[in-house]
Amino acid sequence: MPATKTAYAPPAWLQALPFAGVFALFFVIPLLFVVMVSFWDYNDYSIIPSFTTRSYVETFEGCYDQLPELCTILKTYLSTVKFCLIVWAITLVIGFTIAYFLAFHVQSVTMQMTLALICTIPFWTSNVIRMISWVPLLGRNGLVNSALMKAGLINQPIEWLLFSQFSVVLAFVHLFTFFMVIPIFNSMARIDKRLLEAAYDAGASGWQTLWNVVIPLAKPGIVIGSIFVVTIVMGDFITVGVMGGQQIASAGKIIETRLNALQFPPAAANAVILLAITLLIITALNRFVDIRKEL
Amino acid sequence: MRGSDLELVQVTKRYGATVAVDAINLRVKAGTYCCLLGPSGCGKSSTLRMIAGHEAVSEGDIILGPTNVTDLPPARRGTAMMFQSYALFPHLSCVDNVAFSLKMRGVAKAERRAEAMRLLELVAMERYAERLPAQLSGGQQQRVALARALITKPQILLLDEPLSALDPFLRIKMRAELKKLQKELGITFIHVTHGEDEAMALADLMVVMNQGLIEQAGTPRAVFNAPATAFIARFIGGHNIVSDAAGAIAVRTDKLRLTKAVNGAARTAVVSDVEYQGSYVQIGLAADFATELTANLSEAAFDAEPFNPGDTVAVSWREADIHRLGAAT
Repeated sequence: MPATKTAYAPPAWLQALPFAGVFALFFVIPLLFVVMVSFWDYNDYSIIPSFTTRSYVETFEGCYDQLPELCTILKTYLSTVKFCLIVWAITLVIGFTIAYFLAFHVQSVTMQMTLALICTIPFWTSNVIRMISWVPLLGRNGLVNSALMKAGLINQPIEWLLFSQFSVVLAFVHLFTFFMVIPIFNSMARIDKRLLEAAYDAGASGWQTLWNVVIPLAKPGIVIGSIFVVTIVMGDFITVGVMGGQQIASAGKIIETRLNALQFPPAAANAVILLAITLLIITALNRFVDIRKEL
Repeated sequence: MRGSDLELVQVTKRYGATVAVDAINLRVKAGTYCCLLGPSGCGKSSTLRMIAGHEAVSEGDIILGPTNVTDLPPARRGTAMMFQSYALFPHLSCVDNVAFSLKMRGVAKAERRAEAMRLLELVAMERYAERLPAQLSGGQQQRVALARALITKPQILLLDEPLSALDPFLRIKMRAELKKLQKELGITFIHVTHGEDEAMALADLMVVMNQGLIEQAGTPRAVFNAPATAFIARFIGGHNIVSDAAGAIAVRTDKLRLTKAVNGAARTAVVSDVEYQGSYVQIGLAADFATELTANLSEAAFDAEPFNPGDTVAVSWREADIHRLGAAT
């Protein structure tokens, strides 16, 4: 039946309303509260609603005096940013490669979907279990070490395999590469294959086609995947804790410690700082992807 | 002297067990507008893609001037391809699209953009240089695609159904532009199409393909007036195919003569429909000596002796208008 003019059609924006409501109620408002509380005062047993920059000042207390030595808080943030960039770079390269394989080398759509689903298998179990299962593999007497010893390649177990920066990066990459694969694959699947032929016809080599055609057209996926990975790694304290053997500090851990001590204003201040740094990194990465346009 | 003749020698393309192109031979003189014409699946696109270097040749050789280009990559053949629906890079402006192949060769930015602007001027698109392809109409996109293909100064431009994405009005306009451009540049165009009107309007050399074989190659006039086979007569249209004692013959629809049926007429038919087409009247006929029979009468001839559906008419033609066909396909 064709709709008559008098028929009532509800406005389309109603479809977006439920999520907009959830977003406002559980994200925007709490975020504003966090910013507000970060400027409140506190003592040992209560928070005091009066404006002060105390939480921020105390967070960076003594940092200026110690220069050029880095204070603990700056070292911690630096270490988190370092993990973030290393993990971003590795997941980007691995994720891009897998997505490229799926989009351009696997011919049938059914096969593409099957392989993409296989990538989700690790998510069928919890984060913590996936992390802990590295322990028997990488531990002092774990599978890797005993295999290398038996093979006579090493005389004593390699210590840096577990509870080290290596194992933290390994776990991050293992956990989050998938978040790069899917958005990048999604962007690549939309690229018209004739464009690759057109580039070949114009004399472009494989690398030139990759750099001048595939990467710019996959950029939306790269940006989305990067945002996923960067925000997760920046805020993480569980993976760093478990895989670092509780020996490596992280920005998330600072917040958790403050919360456990019921010091809400400093926790909120650190959350705001973390948010600012994360936004900065994402902006910088986006600029970085845009640089090639200028070449 | 820039132009070179193109020669295909026993060129064959197989996909597994299927033969898409079956040992074809073709010679295209430099500066020719050549149309590869045929129904879908006849092998015309495969042939074009083999000439372009986008499809490997299973057997045979492709020779351009003094060079055997069979195994050369596209950019080193002296050919350029204009793709069906143009395949413009959506993230690049028109001028960057046109300059793309110069960028791949490492030509400096200012120089390649200047050259790209020159080509955009050639196709009257310089005003749109900074636009993205998505902001252009179909005809404008085609001009940019032409400029992009021509920037490498190819000896042969390969066009894969270049007009099929356009609406009928624009198609006729753009095909005139293509022909004009080809004349100006003096290079060979090889144009794949399934529209016989397009091929007739454009081609110096019309190559009709069917089932991986070249059925006939010649000027449009030669092909239209003397179709080699019943397939060609049917495909290019404008012909009636009739069997007589000696085999199949073709008679052009405008050479059929109709008169009111009288007793003893050799061939009679019943008028099934009458369509007024402006300068002529098309009369559909049902007859027992041909599966399909059409007569095109000039308006004046029709007015002198009009027919109505249901009339029985005598059908005849002059001996000189008979064209004997080769083995039926």
